[in-house]
Amino acid sequence: MMNALKNPANRAWVVLIIATLITWYLGEVGAAGTAAIVAMLVIAFIKGRLVILDFMELRNAPTMWRMLLEGWLILVSSLILLAYWISLK
Amino acid sequence: MASTTSAPEEAPHSKRLPGDLAIWIFILAEMLAFAVFFSAYAFARAGNAEMFNLYQQTLNRNAGALNTLLLITGSWFVVLAVQAAHRDDNKGVSRNVALGIVCGAAFLVVKVFEYAEKFGAGISLSTNTFYMFYISLTFFHFMHVILGMVILTAIWLQARKGAYTSQNSHGLESGAAYWHMVDLLWIILFPLVYVMR
Repeated sequence: MMNALKNPANRAWVVLIIATLITWYLGEVGAAGTAAIVAMLVIAFIKGRLVILDFMELRNAPTMWRMLLEGWLILVSSLILLAYWISLK
Repeated sequence: MASTTSAPEEAPHSKRLPGDLAIWIFILAEMLAFAVFFSAYAFARAGNAEMFNLYQQTLNRNAGALNTLLLITGSWFVVLAVQAAHRDDNKGVSRNVALGIVCGAAFLVVKVFEYAEKFGAGISLSTNTFYMFYISLTFFHFMHVILGMVILTAIWLQARKGAYTSQNSHGLESGAAYWHMVDLLWIILFPLVYVMR
């Protein structure tokens, strides 16, 4: 068990599965509004970053490529947050 | 000259982009297209939040979450395949790529049931703006899952011939990167379209 968790891909998989279940649960209990939206976006951001760094294996890639993909994630999350913030006003 | 370092794990990590440069440029282009679609959805919703919230309730959230688990697990198997290639474990490569394909196929099956339910209820692109976005966004992603599976199948056929080794894993890494992109896009799409309100 401990050995398996030395592999960053296995650790990422565990976190991704738990994070997905949390988002699903927030949906089940009907979470809505600012706190719910921010929580789900933060979860999606963490998940996306794990896929970029540990699945795509860009953790040790040239900085430009890592920044391009992480930058995409920041851009998309920010635009979604902005749009939801407008909808809540 | 081929490197003959005895313990690559212990060598200082040189910065390296896995796979071919071309696949990463393709991936970036695809991701930009999806960024536009995601933003279009979010801003269209901002002008019509009550309607979007109402029809979002009709989506099958369990199917969406199950599909997230399937893509994450499929992606994980493909990482394990790349790791197997790096230690010259041929069987590990083809087995894990095959498991990745199974996860992708399961995703498609779940999605087809979901579509059948919606289309069976008479819902189409022209029903309303929410369903227009739901159908086009998820279908555009669906096509990417299919392309990813075609790529993985080509890789699996090569892997069975022992094509991917620690010295030559570029093709496998390129296909893997594309498959992870499909996963990454769904990780945004699922909360955005199915859950956030």
